[in-house]
Amino acid sequence: MTIDTNAPLVMKATGLVKRYGQVTALDGADFELRAGEILAVIGDNGAGKSSLIKALSGATIPDEGEIFLDGQKVQFKSPIDARRAGIETVYQDLAVAPAMTIAENLFLGREIRRPGFLGSVLQMMDKKKMLEESIARMNDLKVGIRSMTQAVETLSGGQRQCVAVARAAAFAQHVVIMDEPTAALGVKEGNMVLELIRRVRDKGLPVILISHNMPHVFEIADRIHIARLGKRAAVVNPKKISMSDTVAVMTGAMTVDQLPAECLA
Amino acid sequence: MKTLAAKLPPMGTLGPFIALLCACVFFATQSDRFLTLQNFSLILQQVMVVGTIAIGQTLIILTAGIDLSCGMIMALGSIVMTKMAADFGLSAPVAITLGIAVTTLFGLANGLLVTKAKLPPFIVTLGMLNIAFAITQLYSGSQTITEVSEGMTWLGNSFRIGQTNILYGVVLMLALYLITWLFLRETAPGRHIYAVGNNPEATRLTGISTDKVLLGVYALAGVFYGIASLLSVARIGAGDPNAGQTENLDAITAVVLGGTSLFGGRGIILGTLVGALIVGVFRNGLTLMGVSSVYQILVTGILVILAVLTDQMSRKGVR
Repeated sequence: MTIDTNAPLVMKATGLVKRYGQVTALDGADFELRAGEILAVIGDNGAGKSSLIKALSGATIPDEGEIFLDGQKVQFKSPIDARRAGIETVYQDLAVAPAMTIAENLFLGREIRRPGFLGSVLQMMDKKKMLEESIARMNDLKVGIRSMTQAVETLSGGQRQCVAVARAAAFAQHVVIMDEPTAALGVKEGNMVLELIRRVRDKGLPVILISHNMPHVFEIADRIHIARLGKRAAVVNPKKISMSDTVAVMTGAMTVDQLPAECLA
Repeated sequence: MKTLAAKLPPMGTLGPFIALLCACVFFATQSDRFLTLQNFSLILQQVMVVGTIAIGQTLIILTAGIDLSCGMIMALGSIVMTKMAADFGLSAPVAITLGIAVTTLFGLANGLLVTKAKLPPFIVTLGMLNIAFAITQLYSGSQTITEVSEGMTWLGNSFRIGQTNILYGVVLMLALYLITWLFLRETAPGRHIYAVGNNPEATRLTGISTDKVLLGVYALAGVFYGIASLLSVARIGAGDPNAGQTENLDAITAVVLGGTSLFGGRGIILGTLVGALIVGVFRNGLTLMGVSSVYQILVTGILVILAVLTDQMSRKGVR
């Protein structure tokens, strides 16, 4: 996939600052996410990577700076606000309810109610419709899980993560953020999740992927946002830059000026 | 191809039934009075109060909480409704409503301390156990209230099916189980109770207010304790300030024997009914055998530890 520099910006942030006491986690960070891309966010520990993601997903409120979603300024007070605005986040630690079924997990907090009195007053769920929708959505993303009525705890780690990703993709209007989605997984399971992330992108949803796993980042990302010292050090094109140069920029062994212009994106 | 074992419900669901059957078979061999319809009707009467308390207890344990104050709150409710009626000449419906309101408020207080003050349910309800007990004793002057109107005891009346007497209160308890079962199975708030017990953080991140779920559960448990207060008054025919002392732990025993996990998020309400019946069958059977009540306490103590042990081991198998 070639980089479309004219693609509209789905999400943009300028001059984000976040301080925790004496520590400045974000020091004027900028951020841009284009339509239809997988943007990897990488950075050393303390580079401000997770603070950036927390600000974008509503988990923390930045002290300064602005965030725009589809050109509109937004201010998230909680992850729930961000979700209402169409940003879904998949968390690293498999945020699913293990003893509940796949269908229940997909619709947790967004259960389809029965029509009329049964649904509005008695809050009864339309289980049949939820099951059908679950099957449709999982088929849509080609997740090969046979029964939607099995408990999530009967699934492998990779399959569980697929459920979490599918839930995010099913409900996200604008952006899916994934925080280390493959960190806890083996090679085969990790690849399964990577393949799913590609399908989410191909369905038109831009994805922000936070990962420490360089091979995964280079395999899947369209562009790489390198965070360093609370700022955006560079955005690079994984097709043009080597993994070692990327790590060099990330750790400060190399500055952006030393990179050939074609590497930047 | 599926084996027979795979087709059967998991052990957690089936275990309580098997235990109940085994207990029944054992007592049937020990006493020829055990296996009679009249005796089973008696067992149901005996579990009516603890069974109703155990519904509220199940909801709380499903959220990975626990309520050690359930029996004492029940006793307070029964004193409030009988004493209010006796002192102020209130009509039965008004007095009953007041009693249930008080138990609901105590449940809500437990819930507020668990959610807003973020205290562990164990400690909160241990404190509330003493508070409710003391208030019950102070308010009643440690006197049993025997002046109880017909309107408050009619649930203790029975109707006959064939040779068997069935209490209206028993029918009410069974109906409450059925309603709660449907609520937990079919409604979104019911599923949210399981979700909170399963993974509170993930539940919160899906946009469900876990505090609201918990507050609702503790308050609803208070409502069930209040209904149990009424059943207790109906059964004894009086407001007894010393009621609820065996029910307090028996309710927890019933929930755990019924297969609900103390770690939260797993369990079926109908299992609690079976658990309550197990406790009832043991108490009844041991009494028929002429075993002293101290040994009954010993046996229920052993039972609850065995049930928790089974729960613990089956959880290890899953994770």
